[in-house]
Amino acid sequence: MVLAAWLAQGLGPALDASSDVDKFLSFTVAGLSVAAILAVGASGLVLTYTTTGVFNFAHGAIGMLGAFAYWQLRFDWGWPAPLAIATVLFVLGPLFGALLELVIFRGLQQTTETVKLVVTVSLLFSLIGLANWVWDPDVLRRDAKFLSGRGFDVAGVAVTWHEFITIVVAVAVAAGLRVLLYHTRAGIAMRAAVDDRPLAALNGARPDRSSMLAWAIGSSLAALSGILFVGTISLAPAPMSLLIVNAYAAAMIGRLRSLPMTFVGALVLGLTEGYLRGYLSDWTDNNQYFDSTFVSAVPVIVLFVVLLVLPSARLRAHGTARTREVVPMPSMRGAFTFAAVVVAGTALAIPLLTTANAVTMGRMYGLAIVALALVPLIGLAGQVSLAHWSLAGIGAVTMAHLGTGGSPMGIVWAFVFTALVGALIALPTLRLSGIYLALATAAFAVFLDRWVFRLRPFDLPFTDVKIALFGTGSVGVPDLKLFGYTFDTYYRQLMLMATTFALMSVFVVWLRRSRFGRRLLAMKDSPAACATVGMNLTMTKLTIFAVSAGMAGIGGALIGSLQGSTNQQNWEFTVGLPVFMVAVVGGIQRVGGALFAGISLAVLAAMPDWPVLRNVSWFPNLATVTPGLMGIGLGRNPNGAVADMREAFEPLARARAVFLAFLAALGALYLYVVTSDVGAWWLIIGGVVLLLGATAFVQSRARGADTGAAGPQPMFAGDELEWVGIDRPFTPDDLAALDDRLGALEVR
Amino acid sequence: MAALDCSGVTVSFGGHLALDDVDVTAADGAVTGLIGPNGAGKTTLFNVVCGLLTPSRGVVSLGGRELNRLPPYKRARLGLARTFQRLELFGLLTVRENVLVAADVRGTMGAAEVEAVIERVGLAGRIDDRVDELPTGQARLVEIARALATRPRVLLLDEPASGLDERETDELGRLLRELAAEGMAVLLVEHDVRLVMEVCDLIHVLDFGRIIAVGDAATVRSDEAVLAAYLGGSLEAS
Ligand SMILES: Nc1ncnc2c1ncn2[C@@H]1O[C@H](COP(=O)(O)OP(=O)(O)OP(=O)(O)O)[C@@H](O)[C@H]1O
Ligand SMILES: [Mg+2]
Repeated sequence: MVLAAWLAQGLGPALDASSDVDKFLSFTVAGLSVAAILAVGASGLVLTYTTTGVFNFAHGAIGMLGAFAYWQLRFDWGWPAPLAIATVLFVLGPLFGALLELVIFRGLQQTTETVKLVVTVSLLFSLIGLANWVWDPDVLRRDAKFLSGRGFDVAGVAVTWHEFITIVVAVAVAAGLRVLLYHTRAGIAMRAAVDDRPLAALNGARPDRSSMLAWAIGSSLAALSGILFVGTISLAPAPMSLLIVNAYAAAMIGRLRSLPMTFVGALVLGLTEGYLRGYLSDWTDNNQYFDSTFVSAVPVIVLFVVLLVLPSARLRAHGTARTREVVPMPSMRGAFTFAAVVVAGTALAIPLLTTANAVTMGRMYGLAIVALALVPLIGLAGQVSLAHWSLAGIGAVTMAHLGTGGSPMGIVWAFVFTALVGALIALPTLRLSGIYLALATAAFAVFLDRWVFRLRPFDLPFTDVKIALFGTGSVGVPDLKLFGYTFDTYYRQLMLMATTFALMSVFVVWLRRSRFGRRLLAMKDSPAACATVGMNLTMTKLTIFAVSAGMAGIGGALIGSLQGSTNQQNWEFTVGLPVFMVAVVGGIQRVGGALFAGISLAVLAAMPDWPVLRNVSWFPNLATVTPGLMGIGLGRNPNGAVADMREAFEPLARARAVFLAFLAALGALYLYVVTSDVGAWWLIIGGVVLLLGATAFVQSRARGADTGAAGPQPMFAGDELEWVGIDRPFTPDDLAALDDRLGALEVR
Repeated sequence: MAALDCSGVTVSFGGHLALDDVDVTAADGAVTGLIGPNGAGKTTLFNVVCGLLTPSRGVVSLGGRELNRLPPYKRARLGLARTFQRLELFGLLTVRENVLVAADVRGTMGAAEVEAVIERVGLAGRIDDRVDELPTGQARLVEIARALATRPRVLLLDEPASGLDERETDELGRLLRELAAEGMAVLLVEHDVRLVMEVCDLIHVLDFGRIIAVGDAATVRSDEAVLAAYLGGSLEAS
């Protein structure tokens, strides 16, 4: 192999010079056609972003859906290509885009960046699930070039019609967008909405209509890029949806604003890819580490670099609206109680758990730990990371290699090593925030996916340390051994994970209550003010990124141990998205939100195996799509579902007698279920019934008390402050109440 | 030597000269005013002083030490504090916590002193309220308390009186005089001309990015160029 390359190189000059030129030209054409697809995809993205302020992470997934729809019409139903294309581009695509705008994105301008992010990421995830549901993933769909791949020769270079059409289409799109934006009323209204929505509305433009138009055109362009991709790759929902990450790089070169620069960006990226495919093996002497996986990682490297070098002032995102976000301040006592309930509850559950359920529950805590790692980072510090699942993967790999024989040093190294990687991501991205930070971390994760995690074993340069991340595909992860005690059954591992989660919860609460936690919350609201009171933001961000990454690493190491072995697919970017999404749905500011994420995801993953559902053929698909639907539907509440649940159940915890009675009944039920063989189900069902019953009882009692007391209330019990002092003298308490009511300054 | 010394500061935003060779000084133990019409460049100068913006030319020094290469947080640690015209509060935190964040950075104040500072700006009654619930005027006072918690040598105030009523404005004026009496250098940007004329020892007038007059209240009030910049109106009236 190497010999052949060496020979070819040596013979290079002797070969006919025109064949070198031909080779160059044919890779140029290939590069141009890649560039054309990227340009079409990226321009749709830029159009929706500039018009609506929503950066659509799902843009690629819409394109993927367009490609599948085209395939369905063209090949499954045998429609003529032009008709199929026209239907997708001019009917299905725009309708889908308009529908998205109407149902999901209308009104989303006013929310936090995190909410926008969760909604679009959830949409991405749902669409992937949907495509896998509708189109059997095992059917091979590939290589459907226009005109059956026929082509023609230009000066000796073979060009397929597909490539030719692709390039022509991109040029037409560029011209069309130009005309639309500068020479039509609708386009001018769209550009006005970019600058100032309220102002545009005042001037009689209809921003909602412009938004809908932008979503319709954006989706149509996404679908167009998807259809063009059909000629070069095989259709697979997840990878295809992520191809758009390549277009993100082009869009970012256009700074998400300039269409011409976006096209230039696409051109650079496309040609780079074309030439790398042609020449990289020559340039690196066929180095096996710089193979096609590296070429596919190049666009994300470019994305990362572009994000880093963009001038920071330009990266001020669209103005973020203030929403009533609440970050609770739990007491340490509450934290210890929570931890004790988690550990004791798990211990009590063990006699009732089958092995499979123990694994599910262990996985639940593993996911909860990774979600918990996001709480201080996103919830407190306001720094988004989409790379945490990949970091957990690094933790798992570290445990596999450095935890030999179950050494606890594996866990320690998992923490240290992922913390270092976390700091490494944070260091260049310190300037970035919001969507840009999300993109940079996503780029990092996809970079690991596409290249690093697939690397064949290698020697660390200048040492003889051998690195074999996932070995030859899958690598065993040992069970932890602590003080001579091995966590070698699923039950023991479950206890280990529950305890770890409990301890980490206490840590996160402690962090929230500490000075450092206060500092993080301050930074979330105003980095500028933090700097001007003397805070070193660099250190603060690095620290929290490292700590959070380290926590995710421990989670990954434990998940790896529980699985017994781990591979690259376990830690793919898209696999980890639900953790982020559902943690935000649960409440990213609270420990309970992380547990919510763990429970939801683990239960959803296990449900298809439940006896009642085992024969429901569509259920696995529904379970896959559900986290996405949760993110779209519930991700809007910035305080999370757990906050609402807490509110609902708080009265019960307050009503001492009823609460104790509830606990006693629950205990009795538990004892009955453990000692008889009615099955653990009854505990869950009975527990829920008891909980709802007790809550309803407390509520109805409270309502009764309200109406009972309404009659003979004292005059100035609450709202009648103005009467105080008239029908009785002021007391100091009354004065304080008055001050408080009026929000008055103390007057001296 | 002046506590704060800006000389030859020039900033341009894409060809538009926001500051053009501006010299401003603020002395220890004095309240220095910086006034000028909207868009004159006052806030821009503050951003340059505290390091959020890099000037294309000019030198800023604090107690004789040149600051130009220092990041904002290091300038703060040398004794520079500011408030923001467009409020930059820590909205998720209470009044007390906002001030504590600043006090804790270098341990400049303990909990009791933090309470005292909050009382001093007149917010004792709202000490445990979340700041995003406060009206603008009071929110500005939180910014002042937060700045004071770092025990600054130089305090930059960007329109602290907007949102305050007349009585509160008088309280603020008294506070600024007190701070100066304690030795602090206060640089005040303010549209409330009455307040500026009352409390400032020295006033700089900025117009279209240039300093057009420097002097005490009487001097500035009668300056031709200043009168022209303000179209004669508001200065006479006050
Ligand atoms: N980031 C920026 N980019 C471009 N121009 C800017 C920027 N910041 C300020 N300007 C411009 O610089 C000039 C000075 O602005 P500055 O905010 O300093 O004025 P000001 O004196 O504080 O006004 P005001 O009294 O309204 O607060 C204005 O013309 C403003 O439009
Ligand atoms: Mg200003």
